[in-house]
Amino acid sequence: MCCNVHDQEKLALELKAWEEATQKQLDKIPEARNSFETLSGLPVKGLYTPLDLSTDDYRTSLGLPGSYPFTRGIQNTMYRGRFWTMRQYAGYGSAHDTNKRFRYLLERGQTGLSLAFDLPTQIGYDSDHFIALGEVGRVGVAIDTIHDLEILFNQIPLSQVSTSMTINSPAAVLTAMYLARAEKEGISGQDLRGTIQNDVLKEYVARGTYIFPVHHALRLTADILGFCARQMPNWNSISISGYHMREAGCTAVQEVAFTMANAITYVETALKAGLKIDDFGPRLSFFFSSHQDFFEEVAKFRAARRIWARLMKNRFQAKNPRSWMLRYHVQTAGCSLTAQQPILNILRTGYEALAAVLGGCQSLHTNSYDEALALPSEQAAQIALRTQQVIAHEIGVTETADPLAGSYYLENLTDRIEEEALQYLKKVDDMGGVINAIATGYLQEEISKSAYEYQKNVEVRRRIVVGLNKYQMDEPPLTGLHKVDPGVGEAQAKWLEKIRAERSASAVAAALGNIRRVAQTQENLMPPIVEAVKAEATIGEICGALRDVFGEYTAANCF
Amino acid sequence: MHDERVIRVLVAKPGLDGHDRGAKVIVRALRDAGMEVIYTGLRQTPEMIAAAAEQEDVDVVMMSILSGAHNYIFPRVMEELKRRGMTDILVLAGGIIPAEDVSALAALGIKGFFGPGTETKAVIDFVKANLKRGSS
Repeated sequence: MCCNVHDQEKLALELKAWEEATQKQLDKIPEARNSFETLSGLPVKGLYTPLDLSTDDYRTSLGLPGSYPFTRGIQNTMYRGRFWTMRQYAGYGSAHDTNKRFRYLLERGQTGLSLAFDLPTQIGYDSDHFIALGEVGRVGVAIDTIHDLEILFNQIPLSQVSTSMTINSPAAVLTAMYLARAEKEGISGQDLRGTIQNDVLKEYVARGTYIFPVHHALRLTADILGFCARQMPNWNSISISGYHMREAGCTAVQEVAFTMANAITYVETALKAGLKIDDFGPRLSFFFSSHQDFFEEVAKFRAARRIWARLMKNRFQAKNPRSWMLRYHVQTAGCSLTAQQPILNILRTGYEALAAVLGGCQSLHTNSYDEALALPSEQAAQIALRTQQVIAHEIGVTETADPLAGSYYLENLTDRIEEEALQYLKKVDDMGGVINAIATGYLQEEISKSAYEYQKNVEVRRRIVVGLNKYQMDEPPLTGLHKVDPGVGEAQAKWLEKIRAERSASAVAAALGNIRRVAQTQENLMPPIVEAVKAEATIGEICGALRDVFGEYTAANCF
Repeated sequence: MHDERVIRVLVAKPGLDGHDRGAKVIVRALRDAGMEVIYTGLRQTPEMIAAAAEQEDVDVVMMSILSGAHNYIFPRVMEELKRRGMTDILVLAGGIIPAEDVSALAALGIKGFFGPGTETKAVIDFVKANLKRGSS
């Protein structure tokens, strides 16, 4: 992609002379550090020139926005047509509480919803289960039955707003509840837009809300992909997530590599289940972190798009260009937030969000400055949303597609991240794929090794975190933090008791019996789960029926 | 410290919280500092933590929790340890524990609280300075 051969030779000579001259300067006044690297440890030179560009031609490596391999973005017009969806992850307490926060955000110009569930819901336990004690409504909203979802979306038109739900092991139950809630309103599944995370693989390595043994969990994933392809064709039936692995400590390269490795496993699982690549390929979506190294992150998004396009086209022989497109949500890096001088987190989040936008995301969550200490307060959540609005409207980065393309450094970094991620991917392939890499603890070990490296770098001040290991100050504790009502667990348990008393016990028993029966066959589990949620079965009962048949995952103690 | 007895530590993740980056970093740092460290993995009940502490004969129990369930879970762990007569163990807490919750938890016998941004060296030094059990 460089200039012509003659120019290249001349440039190489000039560069050599420049390097010698620079070295003479350095002999007198050395640079601040002996070596420079990205946040993920990729070496960075002092200068990049056309000589650092790939030898592939422009069309092969970059192409045009909206065209294969989509390095420059998946739409022709990118943000000139429409901004990314501003989708703030929210949820706490009861469905009432979360409905209030959703409406607060929508009133302030948020353009999509993103639902956070509490841990009992995410692990398939009802709010009155003993294991849920103290956890109900803490890190997200408590959902036990379809009634909670009805309250949650009160006065929110599901036909007009898209909803993303961060739910994995019980993804089938929440998909069913959402569909049943919409149908009650007279909205067909065909018209529903949104995303179910449904990415169980990363739960075993980074996020921890697993329930079932891996192969049973993957069967549920494939059932959801198959069901949605027919019944909810505009719904993203999975969001393959690098975010949580990154938060757990891995590098940008590992984030891309491990996410792609998981994606390959889902595609193979769906193909084995008899689905056709172009029936579900266009509904696969992704979720990445936007971390602190600005150029590395922009490069990462571009590299990921190119890798995915080539994988889908070449390895899986997808024919529909929509199957080649990497569509993704981004969240700024929670792990970059500090509890010290937390107001600075507004700046960190702003830069990370800018990298996400310049990287070409389809949807974005910006963290609130108080999130190292608590769930966001209303005021902090508003500033986080306003950060996206400032980027969208005020600073001129949305006027043209992929505006950083052609930067020698950025293009070189894009190539290197792609190259290194592909090497990792090959390593995982050679191990027999992700399922083996999880069973042996390889992925977990790689991630926690990187996390420890980072921590050591912070502690020896090789990596400076402003306010934490440099420029520290005594400061009063942050006030106005959000508090979850401690009574929510009890209230939710009472409400559940009432529902259990008033519903038809025989209908619930029949529905759960049907789930147990179908779980033992090859049939799709979604239809009986939809019937069960309509019969007011609880998430704990439905997951319990599946636990009866599938058993539970026990983590290998390899740490 | 009277002699060279290796300090034994249980690092535990109580409750349903899956955030274990901090816990695993601490495990590695304590091991590098020469301690013997057992990591419980996720989703430990108070009974499981106390039983592991007893079985492994540890000097220190460290619990990491970020889900906000600490006010329910920590008192139960302390009760369980007491029930087993393990009052000479140093108990520390990490994760996100709001400042206003600290004094009530400290009154139960939790000696140190280490929030976001803690350096591992601070934890190591604290353990060495506050160990309750002497040499065996």
